[in-house]
Amino acid sequence: MAAPTTGRRAGTPLMWRVARLVERRVETPTAQTLILAVPGWPGHLPGQHVDVRLTAADGYQAARSYSLAGPADGERIALTVQRVPDGEVSPYLTDAYAPGDPVEVRGPVGGWFVWRPEETAPVLLVAGGSGVVPLMAMVRARRAAGNRAPFRLIYSARTPQDVIYADELRTRARDDFGLDVTYVYTRQAPEGWRGEPHRIGVADVNSHGWPPDLEPLCYVCGPTGFVETVADVLVGLGHQTRRVRTERFGPTG
Amino acid sequence: MGIVSPGFSGRRRTTGPDLPPGQYLTEDFPVLSAGPTPRVPLDTWQFVISTETGAEFRWSWDELMALPQETPTVDIHCVTRWSKFGTSWQGVSLDTLLDGVDTAADYAQAHSYGGYTTNLPLDDLRDGRAWVVHSYDGEPLPAEHGGPARLLVPHLYFWKSAKWVRGVRLTVEDEPGFWETAGYHDYGDPWREQRYQGD
Amino acid sequence: MTDMSYVDGNMLDGPLRELFAVDLSSATGRCESCGMVGPMAGLHVFAQAPGLVGRCPACDQVMLRLVRAPDRAWLDLRGTTFLQVPMPLDQPHPRPL
Repeated sequence: MAAPTTGRRAGTPLMWRVARLVERRVETPTAQTLILAVPGWPGHLPGQHVDVRLTAADGYQAARSYSLAGPADGERIALTVQRVPDGEVSPYLTDAYAPGDPVEVRGPVGGWFVWRPEETAPVLLVAGGSGVVPLMAMVRARRAAGNRAPFRLIYSARTPQDVIYADELRTRARDDFGLDVTYVYTRQAPEGWRGEPHRIGVADVNSHGWPPDLEPLCYVCGPTGFVETVADVLVGLGHQTRRVRTERFGPTG
Repeated sequence: MGIVSPGFSGRRRTTGPDLPPGQYLTEDFPVLSAGPTPRVPLDTWQFVISTETGAEFRWSWDELMALPQETPTVDIHCVTRWSKFGTSWQGVSLDTLLDGVDTAADYAQAHSYGGYTTNLPLDDLRDGRAWVVHSYDGEPLPAEHGGPARLLVPHLYFWKSAKWVRGVRLTVEDEPGFWETAGYHDYGDPWREQRYQGD
Repeated sequence: MTDMSYVDGNMLDGPLRELFAVDLSSATGRCESCGMVGPMAGLHVFAQAPGLVGRCPACDQVMLRLVRAPDRAWLDLRGTTFLQVPMPLDQPHPRPL
């Protein structure tokens, strides 16, 4: 898979482009990956997102932001969408949106919560729920670029069934040299798991992250409360605020 | 208009004589907020009306509760396009609070715990059209909806009904508030769709 | 949990790029109120509102407001004393005055 790593340059207009569904992958009972064909897609960096806009026949519009799940494959992009039960956009995308149907996308957007494949510093990724999506884009881009920076991913999920990309993460933890993956379960742990389900805390971040004197880049993505907790823990452990990049997602669906 | 996505309809949209133009009906009660939710203890809460001459009229929580109470049931219309019908509140009419306040001001600026402000003509606070409410649906008003007390001016877009209200300044000139200084309309009549400046 | 209703300034990029040719979410800004200097991407953005309200993560004061009407946009930066915007080195730039 080709991995264009050029981010958007200053001066590139940000315009709505028509995107069509090529393929749908079921990741968990509530999350799906949508592969969209976007003619003219300029490429993106891992961590960036796109705005998706839907228009109804009467002109009504709704827009939401979704993280890009991996490097672009030419003009194809991958979004992983978590279905929000009472949501307006995500249930359409997971239940009704059919191959060939158009939506509009604008992007890539966001120039701060990104990892550049030329970086060499150790990286700590901390994911809460579907916050794993932009972090998975970094994991995928690292391998695609042949980058050897050591990566550690701490992934908090409610139950094993809620883990997005479970099979791929298992394979990558074995095959991607220098990638460690650990899980925290908040509701129910798998059979034979050592320890009780719990919310992420200092001990998890301390044992499975990097010591601050290695000056790792830390990326934290998840619901606002989760990000708040982890960012406080990281800063409390001595990580510099500027090395801790966060992406909170709010209550939209 | 963008490219239509087949099968997408979005939120159910109803029109009808009770719904102002461009609004849709909602059954839930969305929480909108421009900042962190202030927590205001009742023993330090107060409501202040100040006039253009500097005169101040203050009520503590207990004093507010001792005033004649009204229970308006009204439709509310948010500029973000949702409307909710038949909301039930309890509070004190601004007519009661303004009774005995001597002023030549034409305008009012409500201000809130947390720093929010909004402006409207003083006349729109009179004649049984505005309240300081402290209960919703028979329960104390939750903080996310503006408790301990919020302004309720249902004939204008709901951003005029300042949450966490702590007072009203009566002014000779119209002084635009938080959203009004960032493009929103100084009056905000939902029936004339006065959303933005110049509408 | 109601205090948790904000998201990060990262999300400002799309809406602001309707107005500007550069990504202001990766710019650095200084808070007029407390003097904090940091990435605009680190602002606490309240988006469930009639407009976007970006608040300083240190002191909670408003640094940015963006209101979008169908045919107009209002950007209020009175709470931000400067924006330092990263510029690509490979573009021609004027010498200092």
